[in-house]
Amino acid sequence: MANNKKKNLTPIQQEYQQFQSEREVKRPVVKNCIKAFFVGGLICLIGQFIQTFFIYNFNFTEQTAGNPTVAVMIFIAMLLTGFGVYDRLAQFAGAGSAVPVTGFGNAVISAAIEHRSEGFILGVGGNMFKLAGSVIMSGVFAAFIVALIKTLLIQWGAL
Amino acid sequence: MRTWEFEQRPVIVSTGTVGGPFEANGRLADDFDTLHDDLWLNEATYEKAHKVLFEEASLRALEKAGITKEQVDFFIGGDLINQITPTSFTAKTIGAGYFGLFGACSTSMEGLALSAFIINNGGAACIVTGSASHNAAVEKQFRYPTEYGAQKPPTSQWTVTGAGASVVMAQGEGPVVTSATIGKVVDMGLTDPMNMGGAMAPAAVDTIETHFRDRKIDASHYDLIATGDLGHIGREVAFDLLKKHGTDIPEEKFQDCGLLIYREDQPVLAGASGAGCSAVVTYGHLLNRMKKGELRRILIVATGALLSPLTFQQGETIPCIAHAVSIEYGGGNL
Repeated sequence: MANNKKKNLTPIQQEYQQFQSEREVKRPVVKNCIKAFFVGGLICLIGQFIQTFFIYNFNFTEQTAGNPTVAVMIFIAMLLTGFGVYDRLAQFAGAGSAVPVTGFGNAVISAAIEHRSEGFILGVGGNMFKLAGSVIMSGVFAAFIVALIKTLLIQWGAL
Repeated sequence: MRTWEFEQRPVIVSTGTVGGPFEANGRLADDFDTLHDDLWLNEATYEKAHKVLFEEASLRALEKAGITKEQVDFFIGGDLINQITPTSFTAKTIGAGYFGLFGACSTSMEGLALSAFIINNGGAACIVTGSASHNAAVEKQFRYPTEYGAQKPPTSQWTVTGAGASVVMAQGEGPVVTSATIGKVVDMGLTDPMNMGGAMAPAAVDTIETHFRDRKIDASHYDLIATGDLGHIGREVAFDLLKKHGTDIPEEKFQDCGLLIYREDQPVLAGASGAGCSAVVTYGHLLNRMKKGELRRILIVATGALLSPLTFQQGETIPCIAHAVSIEYGGGNL
């Protein structure tokens, strides 16, 4: 891929890109991964506490406690987004705050806040899912493929 | 020849600079005329706040010069928002003849160069020129929603909330514009919109070398050469590239507006950027230093990355440009 792209570049461009790349500050990938692991883990731990709370204090089972837990987590993400904290957390945590359901909530809520100035219909309604839309699309498509494979395996008697 | 020499010595009689809350905490807070502690500037939207920034800077410059709006012949400016609407609304307020520019972050010097050229050739007696950017309005257009949690890489830059305007006249007291070199588009095939310093550096180098060649001078002619907003990476790349080409500029003379404006402990990663960056640093900090006698001749090389959100999503490269303007103050000859 990278080599394919380079084919269209002149020698001067290639030489400069090499020159530039030597001076470019790279993303600290290992450090980012470690931070993402711990912050992401911490968010999941909080989620686990909330789920356990619902199971022990209300009439929820392990299967049914998922929905109220997700709702509470997204509500917290909404508050943090509205108060301008979530984006700062994300600069530190990276994927750690983007991958859990709170990151999905943040993507929807931040877009809704951002486009409130263009009105409720065209602004909020039209833009709310501009970031999260691709996540939903990928999720639905992936689920479809997996369901297709499962159906075929059952048809062929493999399952 | 891409360099204009201004024999009539157009004068920057006054300037106006306005900044936001982040700039108020920066290193150059004292050099602003007005600082706002609220990013909204009491407006309903960030785009309206953006317009107010530019209006305030322009009106402040006129007020300091003791000139009424009616005396202004032309208003020349630009910003980063689609169709440069904040600039056009400011032009409506000023009510003069209007040229809208788009040069991304190079707009400040593009405007000053054109203003000086028009005045030098007798096309006008009084021109207001400037540029502006608003962090939240620009991020909204070019990147993600303000509150979206995306991790920025260490190469990314922080868009300045600020506007800088100047009143350029044929006669008057103040620093004079002596020459300008108009940049050409330089595209080294870079595609990362989060590393604009690295993309813009070759454009700055090309303009600086052209300026020296056309005017038959070298770096010793200037007390300071300030690039627009290359940031840490772009500045280092430009400095090394100049050295490689045999153009020696002493390191302490080669500054960057994007590094001057904020303190080291502000979370701006590679530095500042935005159309307002070089405008507020030049029209505020640098001209103040000239008036104090610390600098006599300076060269401002405002750099711009001429990309749009559409072009980088379609995988296009980043075309870049840099415009240089030389300013002198204090009994110097051309």
